[in-house]
Amino acid sequence: MSLITNPRRIPKLYRGNAACPGCPIPKELDILIEELGEKAVLVVPASCTTVIMGDTTGMPSTIPVVHSAFAAASPIASGIVRSLRMKGDNDSIVAVWAGDGGTADIGFSAISGSAERNEDILYVCYDNEAYMNTGIQRSSLTPKGAWTTTTPEGKREFKKPMPFIMAEHKIPYVATASVAYPFDYQNKVKKAKQIKGFRYVHLLSPCPPGWRFDSSLTIEIAKLAVETGIWPLFEIENGEFRLTSISKTLIDKKNRKPVTEYLKLQGRFSKLNEKEIKEIEDSVDELWEEIKSYIKQ
Amino acid sequence: MQVLKRKSLALVGNHAVAYAVKQAKPQVLSVFPITPQTTMLEKLAEYVSKGELKAEMIRVESEHSAMAAVYGAAVAGSRVFTATSSQGLLYMTEMIYWAGGQRVPIVAAIATRALAEPWTIWDDHQDFISKRDAIWIQMMAENVQEAYDMTLQAFKISEDQRVIMPVMMGFDGFILTHTMERVEVLEDSEVDSFLPPRQFNLIDFSDPVGVGPIATPDEYIKIRYEAKKAMERSKDVIRDIMKEYEKISGRKYDLVECYKCEDADYVIVSMGAWSSDGKVAVDRLRNNGEKVGLLKIRVFRPFPKEEIREKLKDVKAVVTFDRAYSFGSGGILANEIKSALYGNNIPVHSVIAGLGGKDVRPLHFQNVIEDLISGKLEEERWIL
Ligand SMILES: Cc1ncc(C[n+]2csc(CCOP(=O)(O)OP(=O)(O)O)c2C)c(N)n1
Ligand code: SF4
Repeated sequence: MSLITNPRRIPKLYRGNAACPGCPIPKELDILIEELGEKAVLVVPASCTTVIMGDTTGMPSTIPVVHSAFAAASPIASGIVRSLRMKGDNDSIVAVWAGDGGTADIGFSAISGSAERNEDILYVCYDNEAYMNTGIQRSSLTPKGAWTTTTPEGKREFKKPMPFIMAEHKIPYVATASVAYPFDYQNKVKKAKQIKGFRYVHLLSPCPPGWRFDSSLTIEIAKLAVETGIWPLFEIENGEFRLTSISKTLIDKKNRKPVTEYLKLQGRFSKLNEKEIKEIEDSVDELWEEIKSYIKQ
Repeated sequence: MQVLKRKSLALVGNHAVAYAVKQAKPQVLSVFPITPQTTMLEKLAEYVSKGELKAEMIRVESEHSAMAAVYGAAVAGSRVFTATSSQGLLYMTEMIYWAGGQRVPIVAAIATRALAEPWTIWDDHQDFISKRDAIWIQMMAENVQEAYDMTLQAFKISEDQRVIMPVMMGFDGFILTHTMERVEVLEDSEVDSFLPPRQFNLIDFSDPVGVGPIATPDEYIKIRYEAKKAMERSKDVIRDIMKEYEKISGRKYDLVECYKCEDADYVIVSMGAWSSDGKVAVDRLRNNGEKVGLLKIRVFRPFPKEEIREKLKDVKAVVTFDRAYSFGSGGILANEIKSALYGNNIPVHSVIAGLGGKDVRPLHFQNVIEDLISGKLEEERWIL
């Protein structure tokens, strides 16, 4: 059996873990672990976080972590939660922490299955928009136009609309979040924690080496993704759609920063021509038109 | 053998295994349907829905997820069960290795079935045997009674503190899954005392650990070495548990079963349901004055090398019957037996038969042995 222990206990991830400089994952996990409290289990499929969560010589997490094969996180979490409930433990929380590839690609049928069964799991997808652990290959959540090592000319297809797909499963809670808006993210986890059933939180998670930006700019870029309207912050609670934080003001296009401000800081978009940039801008407008249709007057 | 007056039921193999599972009281089940296992899944669902089995049944969307779900439940302390067959077992393979490598107690019943392509739903052992290096104990039943008994034994073996390892119970698809036999079942209370509640849980909120992290090269090889030692230790444990079971049931089990092989010149080695056909052939040949026996491999992993060496040390020749083949190498059981007998200078002939459900009868065994005795049997023969 391979097990590792963590002798110190503060409800945060320990410093000095294996994340790259400027990686938002440790901060995002800090917030999650702090909100979940001590009676929580984290299930982590193959991803950058597998490495960040340490090896047989030690782990930085203060709550139990169950590592998972790439496609197996949500059923492993289902097994854990059913087992805990069978034994009369009704207040612990089982959370999955998975990358975009583990969520939207290889684990897609499993997450869809768990959502359809409304398993009592909090699923957090940290979306760095590519397979970063294996070295920046495209995923179905890589945005159109982005360079990756398997799309050297830029990705041709749009990003899979994962939060909306999850909402179509009629699960009780779906939310988007950003590390640049920590209170918004924290509130969403807090709310999700109180709800029973399958809860899905999708975090946009900028990755300095993968997106080709300076590691000092992580929060700046996470913020621009929201301010330009590319990454709207919202929640869908029992089918009711609501914009949150500054995204509430962005329904009016005037308040949105130009998309190019977000694109220009990232090397992965450096080869885009005007037509391609226009296409991305149009897709953001379309997204907001769609959002308008979800908001009850 | 003790003769006890016991409850007997007429059960098909799938229902016999389901009955044993019900008595073993797993807390979490996750099974995805595939022929010929499906009626077992349906029976288990019926038990759960009637409240006869108080378990969480996770109706997953694939076998990969079925194994993942029972893995998670086992890690969190529940007794768990799953079952599959053929393509399902292949689809589950990543998680089979995951569970084996992490060494959590899981019991899986495998209704053996040949693999595509070509599509087939009938029996052979290629699926089961392909999991031989996944750090699972693997046992194979000969008949429905044995499948029932072995299922109960499997839970106890897998949870034994000296072993802690998943266990796979194989039984031939259709031949056993769908054939009705008279099965002597234990009383629920007997099962309860044979199988006390499980003592295993890796989730402890007051002392959190990381389960299954990346291993450094130094650690990886050590963890694998520990698994090797546990696998070796398991032989004694399996034997002990089978003896304990014998005391309750009156049915004698061991790693291998010797049928008239003590004084035999020629021995058939087989595994699974067709061992019964082999035994019929042995009886007929014995009637003709030939000293023939049959050695049945009941436990395939850990492979009972020493026991086989001991039982076969004085024979003139051995013929293995394989329902699975390693392309480019040979009959898989044949290779295992050759390796077990290495240095003994006993000729081992290999017969490949019954693939994809092709019918094999006592007469086939008989013909092979007659050819062996008259020196006409090739080193490898396929019965086509
Ligand atoms: C079945 C399987 N295929 C491939 C891999 C190799 N692999 C490990 S992590 C990974 C990519 C993970 O990408 P993502 O889920 O987006 O998380 P990230 O690494 O970006 O954090 C891949 C392809 C694997 N571990 N298992
Ligand atoms: S590659 Fe990106 S996501 Fe992965 S650890 Fe580094 S910065 Fe974080």
